[in-house]
Amino acid sequence: MRSSLTSANRAGWAFALPGIVLILAFIITPFFLGVGFSLTNQRLISPNATRFVGLENYREMLNIAVVDLQAKTDSAGKTVTDADGQAEFPRLRSITRNPDTPQYHGMQEWFRWVSGDTAHVVIASDVVFWKALLNTCIFVLMVAPIQAAIALGLALLINQKLRGITIFRTIYFMPVVVSIVVVSLLWRFIYSGQNGLLNNMLSFLSFGHFQPVDWLGNPHTALGAIITMSIWQAVGFHMVIWLSGLQTIPPTLYEAAAIEGSSKWQTFRYVTWPGLRHTAVLVLIVITMQAFAIFAQIDVMTKGGPLDSTQTLVFQAVQRGYGMQNIAGGSAISVILFLIVLVISMIQRWLTRER
Amino acid sequence: MKLLNVTAGAVIAATGFCSAAFATTDLTMWYHGAGNKVESKIVHQIIDDFNKSQSDYKVALQSFPQNSYNDSVTAAALAGNLPDILDMDGPIMPNWAWSGYLQPLPIPEDHFKDFLPGTKGVYDGKLYSIGLWDAAVALYARKSTMKELGLRTPTLDKPWTKDEFMSALEAAKKSGKFDYAIDLGMSDKGEWYPYAFLPFLQSFGGGLVNRKTYDTAEGVLNGDAAVAWGNWWQSLFTDKLAPGTSQDPAAHETGFIDGKYAFSWNGNWNAVKTMDKVDDVEFLPAPDFGNGSKIGGASWQFGISASSKAPEGAAEFIKFATQDKYLAEFSDALGLIPATKSAAQMTKNYKSGGPLAVFYGLSEAQAEKRPVTPGYVVDSKVFQKAAADIADGADVIDTLDSATDQINADIKRNDGYKKN
Repeated sequence: MRSSLTSANRAGWAFALPGIVLILAFIITPFFLGVGFSLTNQRLISPNATRFVGLENYREMLNIAVVDLQAKTDSAGKTVTDADGQAEFPRLRSITRNPDTPQYHGMQEWFRWVSGDTAHVVIASDVVFWKALLNTCIFVLMVAPIQAAIALGLALLINQKLRGITIFRTIYFMPVVVSIVVVSLLWRFIYSGQNGLLNNMLSFLSFGHFQPVDWLGNPHTALGAIITMSIWQAVGFHMVIWLSGLQTIPPTLYEAAAIEGSSKWQTFRYVTWPGLRHTAVLVLIVITMQAFAIFAQIDVMTKGGPLDSTQTLVFQAVQRGYGMQNIAGGSAISVILFLIVLVISMIQRWLTRER
Repeated sequence: MKLLNVTAGAVIAATGFCSAAFATTDLTMWYHGAGNKVESKIVHQIIDDFNKSQSDYKVALQSFPQNSYNDSVTAAALAGNLPDILDMDGPIMPNWAWSGYLQPLPIPEDHFKDFLPGTKGVYDGKLYSIGLWDAAVALYARKSTMKELGLRTPTLDKPWTKDEFMSALEAAKKSGKFDYAIDLGMSDKGEWYPYAFLPFLQSFGGGLVNRKTYDTAEGVLNGDAAVAWGNWWQSLFTDKLAPGTSQDPAAHETGFIDGKYAFSWNGNWNAVKTMDKVDDVEFLPAPDFGNGSKIGGASWQFGISASSKAPEGAAEFIKFATQDKYLAEFSDALGLIPATKSAAQMTKNYKSGGPLAVFYGLSEAQAEKRPVTPGYVVDSKVFQKAAADIADGADVIDTLDSATDQINADIKRNDGYKKN
């Protein structure tokens, strides 16, 4: 079993060594440290010794339950309703702070649905984590396909021999080279609810009929605003990858298709797209992984607010590890994020495998 | 052989003696004010004066930007590289003292008996840090607006009640002249929240944690008084009396000066700047929501690291820097409240009858420290989120319950912040 790796190949190893050392020091070691920390009560600073706590951090994070609240009834046994005719329910603290139900202590409401006189309330020990997980998934599900599609569209547009096409390439690529922190700050001004550029523009285009929206201050629009901005920011990068893919497709195939009289769509469907297979896999996996790691936009633009509508996993990991000095809790989030990304990448690999 | 030993011993003793008598000991000092020219000029001057005044110690300064200062200190502590002298924000001191980064000042507390209470960092019965100044928050208002709206001018002895305060805001809103009645500084998401807004909660009778035992927040942060605070706090935003969490930082910066807001809940560090632009600005004391007018106390303070090899030298420097003339100099340059009355008399703003003298009275009478516990670092973050969420319309009771749970969980995770 002699392979090129095990055979004497000093120069090769010497060239690889710096990279291996750096990866070991800054990626592999921290990864194992993170897994280790997540099983302890490791603090950022503390005079007390770190203790092994097993899966306690995970249990605290993932603990979730459904409880039922019965609508309040008056002395006659009739359901009490509020002004809107909705049944009134007792407060959740009647369960989470009730000495008879200690198993629900320290849990908070995530969401509820009402059927008749019963409200089913989903409660969790760590609601912020679940919201962050959900937001992150929404972010990825929106960004990955849309960003990839727009990037492909742009790549097709600029893959032409026109005069001055490099100007367009530069313009589309520009947001990528600007620091994400700067871009986020700028978009904060664009989204500003008071006199932001976006509101002014929409109001101008609609002849003043548009009511200004506080894009980042409204829980319903904040995540969407960040998704839009994130797609715009990184689309140029993926455009370049698509472009490199496009340019590997031999022109002879296009010539052949033209001679066969294929339409534009047919050319794309049967020549371009199959030729982009490997590029597509790469672009999708890269976007997915980058999207899961969303942090800077949140940190600069919303800090997870309003009402947790923009909490994300990485933001929470940093917030817990450094802000709350709870390295163990931050590590546990990172480990879960790692597992999610790992599983999704493997599924993507499998779905896009060579058949 | 014996002779040799004796000689060697003598030589070593002699060198030891020499270094103690003649050589200077180098001290390092860290300061959070990098980027602030005025501040760094004064700090440099104090250090130069100190180095010239004696020959035993030589202080060398390293400045950091405020935003990354705490991280730098934590990183240095983990790496065992702390300087001899460092400055720190008042409420974070207990955390660092508990973690073993700091040692109590080897200076009798008597030395600072004339200092404002907010400038003294006492944890576990020991003085760990001392400030050259304190900061205070006041309600900025224009005399002309007050007159126009027919409002009584509140005083330290007779501050506005909650009802008076609310009717003042309503009157300002009704006048239709302002975008909002009051600017609370909601855009300044950070330590400003607990510093500026926790006193409201305390004035309602609530708090962040039980300040006798420091082992739970139950009943304090989610009791009836806290819920009353939460409902009032939320009403400021639902009634459109104050701009919410998405306020533009630029609007917070200049809104009051431009006349967009009738009142501004703002720190004294902005007072000088505002006086330059608004002739008839006045600084009113905090309203009394039932349990006295309260404002936050404790600003940046100096302390000595536990790893310092020359704590007496560091103490000498701190004594030197806390002389009245330097307190006055800082105050004149930055508008901060000098730590002593005698220094206040030497300043242009805080001497009796000076334009900011009211702040000295505010700080002396109303300042209440944020909870003095190592857990404050976390409590502060929890409060920031709760105050922001309530302002954004979250359910008051659920939010306060959740904040209470978070603080309690953190205390439990840290074994009650006791040293094992």
